[in-house]
Amino acid sequence: MERTAQNFWSFTLPLQRLFVRIGVLPFLLVIALVVFTSLSARFLTSENLITVARQATYLAIVAMGQMLALLTGGFDLSVGKIVAITSVATALAMAPLAAAHPDAMAMTLTLGILAGIAAGTMVGVVNGIGVAVFNVSPFMMTLGTATISFGIALTLTSGVPVYGIPDEFGTIFSFGRIFDIPSPVYVTAGLFVAMSILLNWTRMGRYFYAVGGNIKASHLSGISTRFYLFMAYVLCGALAAVAGVLLTARLETGEANIGASMPLDSIAACVIGGVSLRGGVGRLGNVVLGAIFIGLIQNGMDLAQIQSYLQEVVIGILLILAVIADQLRQFVMLRLKD
Amino acid sequence: MATETLAPAKDMGAGLAPPTPILQARGLSKQFPGVLALDEVDFELRAGEVHVLFGENGAGKSTLIQILAGVHRPTAGSVLFRGEPVDLQGVHHARTLGISAVFQEFSLVPTLTVEENLFLGAEVTRGGLLDKAALHRRAEDILKQLGFPLRPRQSVQDLTRAEQQMVEIAKAFSTDLSVLILDEPTASLTDREAQRLFAMVEQAKSRGVGVIYITHRMSEIRRIGDRITVLRDGKYVATLDVAEADDDRLLQLMTGRVISQVFPQIAYRPGRPLLEISQLTTADHMVKDFSLTLRAGEVVGLAGLVGCGKSEVGRACIGLERIVSGRITFDGEDVTGHQVREMLDRGVFYLPPDRREEGLVMVRNVRENVALPWLGKRPFSRFGFLDRRSERAKVRDVMRRLNLQPPNTEHDLERFSGGNQQKVLLAKGLMTPIKVFILDEPTVGVDVGTRVSIYEFVRDLCEGGAGVLLISSDLPEILHLTNRTYVMYRGEMRAELEGAQITQERVLANFFERAQA
Repeated sequence: MERTAQNFWSFTLPLQRLFVRIGVLPFLLVIALVVFTSLSARFLTSENLITVARQATYLAIVAMGQMLALLTGGFDLSVGKIVAITSVATALAMAPLAAAHPDAMAMTLTLGILAGIAAGTMVGVVNGIGVAVFNVSPFMMTLGTATISFGIALTLTSGVPVYGIPDEFGTIFSFGRIFDIPSPVYVTAGLFVAMSILLNWTRMGRYFYAVGGNIKASHLSGISTRFYLFMAYVLCGALAAVAGVLLTARLETGEANIGASMPLDSIAACVIGGVSLRGGVGRLGNVVLGAIFIGLIQNGMDLAQIQSYLQEVVIGILLILAVIADQLRQFVMLRLKD
Repeated sequence: MATETLAPAKDMGAGLAPPTPILQARGLSKQFPGVLALDEVDFELRAGEVHVLFGENGAGKSTLIQILAGVHRPTAGSVLFRGEPVDLQGVHHARTLGISAVFQEFSLVPTLTVEENLFLGAEVTRGGLLDKAALHRRAEDILKQLGFPLRPRQSVQDLTRAEQQMVEIAKAFSTDLSVLILDEPTASLTDREAQRLFAMVEQAKSRGVGVIYITHRMSEIRRIGDRITVLRDGKYVATLDVAEADDDRLLQLMTGRVISQVFPQIAYRPGRPLLEISQLTTADHMVKDFSLTLRAGEVVGLAGLVGCGKSEVGRACIGLERIVSGRITFDGEDVTGHQVREMLDRGVFYLPPDRREEGLVMVRNVRENVALPWLGKRPFSRFGFLDRRSERAKVRDVMRRLNLQPPNTEHDLERFSGGNQQKVLLAKGLMTPIKVFILDEPTVGVDVGTRVSIYEFVRDLCEGGAGVLLISSDLPEILHLTNRTYVMYRGEMRAELEGAQITQERVLANFFERAQA
């Protein structure tokens, strides 16, 4: 028994090293691709993969914001309601403008988008003030602002969708394609590049990691820890707001009831992508891969005609498995070190 | 005749085989990542004795009692309880054997009441429900017996530190006790409370309880100790009776080592005053009316017991403590109450005592840690963006000088030994010209090799014209590295010693409370 266990251990050594280095996500992606390709012939077609990419963009953007909150050792439960309030604000700004100035389309779109992003970012600002200045736990703070935002969004719309958004909005920001790639994918790619520069090549990015890794050591290194905590939530709110604008373009209405699954899905994308819940660790590329993975799973299950209620079950299980896999990774890492 | 020869033989027999010790350690070793905290230590505790553990910080006292209390498990060696080997599985297991410990770090749940804490994990139940009446009676009994002025239904978080200590002690007494371990129990007690504790210890002793007692205070050793075991650098040094242990002998045993190999000679060429503290009092009153001067090219020591306020002096200088009165000037300018960023930019660097707690970002790599305080400056950033290439080059260069092992600056800090982590912490102060280094316990938990390189580092800084304020509980460090030394006691300055005046006797005379003769 002992002997076979030892053999098994040494036999899988290269696999373990790979696991420690790249984490669980690439393994999951490969498994998902194999399973869904065998389940449905339509899965591995370029048209379907483009659909996956477009569906995953919204989550990918929110997850990039969520990652900032997680890096600093907190999290943001309000991202879903930020998406909702952004959608409502965008629609409420655009509809009357479009009606009053049917010729000034560019202005209407610009102002509408700005209004939406401003509304969503404001929630982030409030989160940031609560967490950084008043030391409210991120859990309570973002849960509180989520409820507040939802309440405001419902009050503004009386719970019904806001119509009157010009068609051009959806045409440009959702259905438009350049070289056959949907426009939201370009927005996501642009944000990815910007975030990648922020995290890897600026002080602010470096400080997010440092503050989450050890806030006292960061303070002793002369970093204004409050400011960077604040900024993490502001940027998280802004990114969620961008996702809210794009989703509004997709739906062509302002909706207070969208984004409900965003908090869980975005945290899941980050965790599956190897972001530590204790803060200080995580790679942007893996977070986006995590979001794509979740999109892939949902799409694959759609094609395999697994009903959406059951999909929720699968996502929940995957999230827990990813966390367990991360623990396992720590364990394997320690064993390999000996 | 026959009876006469038998009698002494019987006596001899008794003398050769003393009663089985209640608790024994044989060849105990404990390896922590990067540090061998205990190295084949033998120890024995007899029933009805108070056995004092004596040694410097980091000598292994805490590790030893933690193993005996079941907190840690030894890497090698064995523990014998009443002559039988035992494998202590945890604190609870030790407690069922009657081994109870009161550590400096309390193990109380602040939101629960005194009585709930006393019986935590050992609650009395009746029919599956808590028998609260019985628990309350027993709590009252124990507290009355010990004479502690505590009400069983008080919430622990409302108690003072001394009162919480009493709860810890009462908790130890609430089980059937055979071994009691006390780690500096009087540190937060008033004299009267301490006297009561001594009486309790005497009482426990007379019932045959073996007591392991850690203290730095000579007067306490004489007051209640029977035997003393001295540890140094994780190794067993000696065990002696209290009667044959005078202060000099103990201190020699505690600190003795081949000093000339460890400490470098530092040329003493004091220049202009760099850092001046005058009549400083902090908001928490850990520092009271304290004054100090540090010149360029000087190593100034700040000595005293743990908690005497010496660390807070350093923290006040870098902007971590709130100052209520007094002045701090740096290079002739008033910098009282300035923030960390400002002090770093002016050229004051503070090295914290606990590198994991507030020194390093353990989950990030060496390069990011070393550069962290200086990212806003050239060559680390240009046009608002990080210049990772020159960052890497500069950090690599410094870490090569400090002999980082393994020499990879892209590894996370978790992968380095304690000594190498300490080098990374020091390197943070080498990235820009720093004029004043405040080193707070720079050699805690590092091996001798790293210790030597840290001392050489201090020499290089000092001879390079910087001022070094060495805050240390390590006596040899103070004796052999500093040109001048201030000794603190309970937040106030006790003595300022210079050059040849800095001797073990003189420093220690001011370390402890004045003899209660």
